Amino acid sequence: MAIHPKEQRLILKYADEEGYTPKIDSYMAHGGYDMLKKAVTMEPQSIIDEVKKSGLRGRGGAGFPCGVKWSFVDRKSGKPIYLICNCDESEPGTFKDRQIVHKDPHQLIEGMMISCFANNVAKAFIYIREEMPHGARILDEAILEAKEKGFVGDNVCGSGYSCDIVVHRGAAAYICGEETGLIESLEGKRANPRIKPPYFPAVLGLYNCPTIVNNVETLCNAVHILQMGAEGFAKIGRPNNTGTRIWCVSGGVQRPGYYEVADVTLGELVNDICGGPLPGRKIKAIIPGGSSMKILKNGERYKGKNPDGSEYDWGLEDIPLDYDGIAAAGSMSGSGGMMVLDDSVSIPAALANLMAFYSHESCGQCTPCREGSLWLKKITSRMVHGQARKEDVDLMLSVADQIAGRTICAFGFAVAWPVQSYIAKFEEEFREYAEQLSDPNADRERIKELACNG
Amino acid sequence: MNLKPETLAEIEAAIPKYPDPRSAVMPLLHAIQKDQGLLTNEAAEWVAKKLGIEPINVLSVITFYPFFRQHKIGKRHIRVCRTLSCAMAGGAKVCDTMLKEFETELNEVSPDGEVTVEFAECLASCGSAPVMLVDEELHENLDVAKAKALCEKIKAEAKA
Repeated sequence: MAIHPKEQRLILKYADEEGYTPKIDSYMAHGGYDMLKKAVTMEPQSIIDEVKKSGLRGRGGAGFPCGVKWSFVDRKSGKPIYLICNCDESEPGTFKDRQIVHKDPHQLIEGMMISCFANNVAKAFIYIREEMPHGARILDEAILEAKEKGFVGDNVCGSGYSCDIVVHRGAAAYICGEETGLIESLEGKRANPRIKPPYFPAVLGLYNCPTIVNNVETLCNAVHILQMGAEGFAKIGRPNNTGTRIWCVSGGVQRPGYYEVADVTLGELVNDICGGPLPGRKIKAIIPGGSSMKILKNGERYKGKNPDGSEYDWGLEDIPLDYDGIAAAGSMSGSGGMMVLDDSVSIPAALANLMAFYSHESCGQCTPCREGSLWLKKITSRMVHGQARKEDVDLMLSVADQIAGRTICAFGFAVAWPVQSYIAKFEEEFREYAEQLSDPNADRERIKELACNG
Repeated sequence: MNLKPETLAEIEAAIPKYPDPRSAVMPLLHAIQKDQGLLTNEAAEWVAKKLGIEPINVLSVITFYPFFRQHKIGKRHIRVCRTLSCAMAGGAKVCDTMLKEFETELNEVSPDGEVTVEFAECLASCGSAPVMLVDEELHENLDVAKAKALCEKIKAEAKA
């Protein structure tokens, strides 16, 4: 895959280079594990300080500063500290973990080992989703290679520090991407998320021990922060949005795929890098950061004030592609999974598809989520099958409002946000469905196909 | 339970990896499902005994995770992604093609016993949609023609 000139690659720099393989020799020939060798000669706290100063924000979804997360770890409990790499990225639209694990697994292992050393971790886990069985095998092999070379296991790089990494395969439950659900799953239980407080992983995580849960892309960045120094890393991107980000683009664009960028706009990514909409199509809406994020409608204006007091007035294409830019437009950059919906896509059908997903994936622990997501699936399903009722739009909003914020974990928001935002932006289209007055030329088969929920 | 020696070896190797044996429930279930094709109540009891936990603890795991199953499937397991990116790119047509070619229904064993075709939720390859897993192998950028070709290949492999 050719690298677009507007891309700025750190993590995927070598991944698509001809001849580059997931093998350790390939990684080491490109300077791999040099930063781990450096790390074990440093004071662990100074590594944490570097990560803090770099401004690195978690790439999993919430965007919480990584170094700050590490600094919350209870180091006085006397219990072992665990690190878990969250490789259960199941948010529809996101597929960056697959690229990293398949193409450059040693970068992840090096990033993990640096993070483990910095946090005095002796046992780390990679929780990988079962939809990537080949990825689990690649990681197992890579860890064996790294052990043979002395980068994982006993006496890492001759420093006296020891740490093991275990690859743990999930079994296709979306909720395992939620950090406390993941911890429950790793303990051999149903992945029912825990209540915070008291179960903040930094204090009461795996086996009720202090635990760090970081995303794959986040951990890889540890290598680059050590390589470039915190200040060098912080120069990439915009303030408070440092480093590069891998964006996964799918749906109605000419060149879907993954792209690593820093400081570009949404328009630059979609139009320049991804080639814009498919021939004869127009972009209708964009889901910016994975399917649970609020939708952005083409043609809308986003107005507000910048932190320096200046004002902005953006169209969809002007939105800076980072945490703060997308938040200012009323959504979130989430896990970086961008879905482009063109004018062939029926919004109620797209919502029906997603409600089928979320009702399937609710862990069932909280009643509003378990019952509400199923209810929303039923309403959206009958809507796309031409059996909508007049009250459906208001009913959907009522159900969504009663899920959001009333559940143990953020899954409730993941169900509610699409409903609330799709109706807010495309109410007309829903009302037409609900009153069965939808466009007589509408392609019913296409609508049902999109909904894909029987 | 009659497990293959390599499955037993995999199980013995998995348990000590974890500070608490209960954490090995999922690796053990994966190993047994691969060996037996499904997870029976007997398997749940066997795993529970092995790890020193109650059978209900194991059953609750089996029934929670979509990739664990208590029913028989065909010799080949075809899972077509149905989530939004794949749906927008024609995943439903690909799934229909697989069903038609094997003269079967969704979630059932085909009459010849060769395949079970299912929809799966997001397979994390949205940029190359639509995609499907055939056993553990990912197939990307599918369309009806490619799906048909894949069916032919699977049928040929069944005869071989």
